[in-house]
Amino acid sequence: MSNLTDLTLAEGRDHLAKGEFTAVELTAAHLKAVEARRAINAFIVETPQQALEEAKASDLRRRAGTAGAMDGLPIGIKDLFCTKGVQTTAASHILEGFIPPYESTVSGKLKAAGAISLGKLNLDEFAMGSSNQTSAFGAVENPWKRRSDPTAKLVPGGSSGGSAAAVAARMVMAATGTDTGGSIRQPAAFCGITGIKPTYGRCSRWGIVAFASSLDQAGPMARTVRDCAIMLGVMAGFDPKDSTSVNMAVPDFETALTGDIRGLKIGIPKEYRPAGLSDEVAKVWDQGIQWLRAAGATPVEISLPHTKYALATYYIIAPAECSSNLARYDGLRFGRRVPGKTLDEMYALTRAAGFGAEVRRRILIGTYVLSAGYYDAYYAKAQKVRRLIADDFAKAFETVDVILTPTAPSAAFGQGEGTDDPVTMWLNDVFTIPTSMAGLPGLSLPAGLSADGLPLGLQLIGRPFDEETVFKVAGVMETAANFTAKPEGL
Amino acid sequence: MSLDKATVRNIANLARIDIRDEELDHLAGELSNIMTFVEQLSEVNTDGIEPMTSVAAMTLPMRADVITDGAQPEAVLANAPEAEDGFFTVPKVVE
Amino acid sequence: MASYILQGETGDWEVVIGLEVHAQVISHSKLFSGAATEFGAEPNTQVSFVDAGFPGMLPVINEICVEQAVRTGLGLKARINLTSVFARKNYFYADLPQGYQISQFDKPIGGEGELILDLPDGSTRTVGIERLHLEQDAGKSIHDMHPSKSFIDLNRSGVALMEIVSKPDLRSPEEAGLYLTKLRSILRYLGTCDGNMQEGSMRCDANVSVRPVGSTELRTRCEIKNVNSIRYVQQAIEFEARRHVEVYENNGTISQETRLFDSVKTETRSMRSKEQAHDYRYFPDPDLLPLVIAQDFVDGIKAGLPELPDAKKARFMAEYGLNAYDAGVLVAERISADFFETVARGSAATHDNGRAKPAGGRDAKIACNWVMGDFFAALNATGKTMENPPVSAQDLGALIDLIGDGTLSGRLAKDVFALMVETGKAPAVLVEEKGLKQVTDTGAIEAAVDAVIAANPDKVQQVKDGKTTLLGWFVGQVMKATQGKANPAMVNEMLARKVLG
Repeated sequence: MSNLTDLTLAEGRDHLAKGEFTAVELTAAHLKAVEARRAINAFIVETPQQALEEAKASDLRRRAGTAGAMDGLPIGIKDLFCTKGVQTTAASHILEGFIPPYESTVSGKLKAAGAISLGKLNLDEFAMGSSNQTSAFGAVENPWKRRSDPTAKLVPGGSSGGSAAAVAARMVMAATGTDTGGSIRQPAAFCGITGIKPTYGRCSRWGIVAFASSLDQAGPMARTVRDCAIMLGVMAGFDPKDSTSVNMAVPDFETALTGDIRGLKIGIPKEYRPAGLSDEVAKVWDQGIQWLRAAGATPVEISLPHTKYALATYYIIAPAECSSNLARYDGLRFGRRVPGKTLDEMYALTRAAGFGAEVRRRILIGTYVLSAGYYDAYYAKAQKVRRLIADDFAKAFETVDVILTPTAPSAAFGQGEGTDDPVTMWLNDVFTIPTSMAGLPGLSLPAGLSADGLPLGLQLIGRPFDEETVFKVAGVMETAANFTAKPEGL
Repeated sequence: MSLDKATVRNIANLARIDIRDEELDHLAGELSNIMTFVEQLSEVNTDGIEPMTSVAAMTLPMRADVITDGAQPEAVLANAPEAEDGFFTVPKVVE
Repeated sequence: MASYILQGETGDWEVVIGLEVHAQVISHSKLFSGAATEFGAEPNTQVSFVDAGFPGMLPVINEICVEQAVRTGLGLKARINLTSVFARKNYFYADLPQGYQISQFDKPIGGEGELILDLPDGSTRTVGIERLHLEQDAGKSIHDMHPSKSFIDLNRSGVALMEIVSKPDLRSPEEAGLYLTKLRSILRYLGTCDGNMQEGSMRCDANVSVRPVGSTELRTRCEIKNVNSIRYVQQAIEFEARRHVEVYENNGTISQETRLFDSVKTETRSMRSKEQAHDYRYFPDPDLLPLVIAQDFVDGIKAGLPELPDAKKARFMAEYGLNAYDAGVLVAERISADFFETVARGSAATHDNGRAKPAGGRDAKIACNWVMGDFFAALNATGKTMENPPVSAQDLGALIDLIGDGTLSGRLAKDVFALMVETGKAPAVLVEEKGLKQVTDTGAIEAAVDAVIAANPDKVQQVKDGKTTLLGWFVGQVMKATQGKANPAMVNEMLARKVLG
């Protein structure tokens, strides 16, 4: 076996099953990669000892014939998932030192399936960001480099930047991410990997640090469509501890990868091709349309008229929900406390010291839009527009089976580049946000490289709970794209 | 919509986040820009449209009235920055 | 009832009162978590990570709490909203781990209803209920365990509360007391709340304002929070109303504030920590979908409702001929009402919904007098409770039967009753043991009467001369001579005949 860290989840699973190497060997190889590539800062906490112990246990299970669906496969867990006995910070100072006494449902399911966690992956603080530059534990570096300037450090996207970078850098075979407005899809696109945000309610939110409750969803990030299908199959499922969890059977997503999409209708929304759309992005989108047509599907132009309002809608609803969800971070029961002479002073100083600028901005906006006199004009209004956005999709799905769009308006940009203006930074999520507002499943896969050698991703959006069609079309596109590029030095 | 410093102070107080005076101006500017951006929603006609309160068309699932939790004071207090005699402690509140 | 008027220098003032009662729901586990709800546990031992507001925790609603809220709404004749919504009430306090309370705002589970006040003169007045909703209770902050720290116990955090809001229809501290007493009684009948104000399972916030008599305006009100006894509620209202009148008479204005009642000083004072206006920023809780209940569900609960105090009182008056006051006292607690009915009907069968029992019961008025008189007195004196009464309903009924069949005189029966309380034995047993049968033998009584008459000729003369009240003294003497066993009616008749001729 040339390079254990080059294997996909599916390949690793098959080789382990055949006994061609052990889980310990596979884990050890990835731990070495973690060490070697520490500079990109993908991990907040590494747990090598625990990983090797779990790998040993995995090998025993395999010998006993009780190996689970992902037994022995090394993964990373975004540090937004509470992991029992292992520090969980949400990349925030305010949770520094927090050791959860419970395991999130999703990470617990992965553990129960035998997956080996190598540690907690870096992210934008409280999942708020599109570049992983707001983490209290430092920015994450995209393992990809510009051809024109290989010394410049690029962002991996966010908020699941650490997850995307770790997968792209072959430090782990796969990682969990969460996606609220694009936080799985956009970093997947920036790092040339595949990621899916499932339908809202598919995966349990229990034990995941909440950002925006009506939008947050956990999902897999890996190097192939099949890998994502395998991992989502393990992560998904009804959880009675989460009232928004949907009680529906989890299909065997892998079996959806039939390779046959003949007769399917692919929606191409005209609103996703605004005047300023980058030529490169437009080109890769057109290429994607061609591939699917060649495979026997029919592209159909559709209209999602309320697309342009999705960003504003999101930036009212998400901050509103987060302002309330983050009220529990007050230094009283966990995390860091800054002492104060009075209770209120303790709260104010703790939260000022504990939250970064982006988190603070969103809490303040959220507090404002919910405050007396403004609820109707902003929050209530936004919830109505949200319904219009969802209705747009529902109408479109009367005539098409899946929708194809670019994932991001550009390739990965440089750290510190871009802008001080929060609104401009938010435009990174303009293609992914509408899917989140409607609660639909959305997948991003790498479709090509920019002129400067950086990955460009395409997004496939499906009907509610129809991840199968999304996977099926993605599988076909992946074959057609034949994206074999790797980050420098890998 | 322009937010003045007094409004920002007030919101920060509601949110219990201390803001230093020197930060107020810049913050007020940022927040004002954001509000201006989101205000575009007022151009959308939403007459007769119901707010979307949940994505899944479900109703609230209920659970049986059984004791399944608790009895774990050590775990509850384990991460407390300050605790004493089984209680969380905070600066004294005078009412 | 006479109006409660405060006389000021500029004129007369009346009080407008609305009461918000927070009633802890009787359930094994909490509203949104599976932790236990029992009172008095060691600190932080009944806390789920959900109750403690830990990262990633989510609420799941308890079906019994929903049922109890519907049951309570039906008991208050309130409209039940088949769809209701949970909303977050956002504020910061040490006993509120999430930084918000899950409550209901725009769409509560219970709508308008009513409650009937039983006034002391026997009349009734109907007071409006505005709404009823479900919400989480907060934890407990203890401020007096340490000089500079407050101690937080989250056992109570997340316990289900029903908030029952009256319309501002009450007009006096007395009415407020009657409202709370009646509400408590209904909740206990329904089994949805134990109404124990000392333990805090029922708390009252009083909203008070005043206005000139005859005016219909609603002036600024102040809210007096968390008063934990009916008497304190009344005192607090009294003080607060006077305070308002004084302010207005001195041309001042009342600002809307939240106040606390100091029961030691019997005054209300402003809550310093809540002086800032609270902006609760209510919005529907995104972790919870709308609560939708089926009409079947509501109908099923309605069918199982017990006979409530008002209906039971009316039935007691109609069926047993009791007056409003007596009926009111007996039905205040379901267990007392059942006790009385067992005594009156002569059997221990249940009396649900006033289903008629076959004839064979006892004289209801007599039963009522015994229960309300000697029995309640014994209850007080022994410090026992209705759950463990000093005399059982069966035994009291048997005692009444012994009067009815002539074995005991009324007076002897009292003695036997006292012995029943002391020994716990049945009346028939005690009558045998102590030989307490009344004497009805004419000969024996006559002998005693004759003896007393013969021994007191001067008194006999006084009676003949007109002092007929002295006959009572003669009766006493005869009773003494017969160890209280002589049949009083016969003694009276005989004495009157022999002395007066």
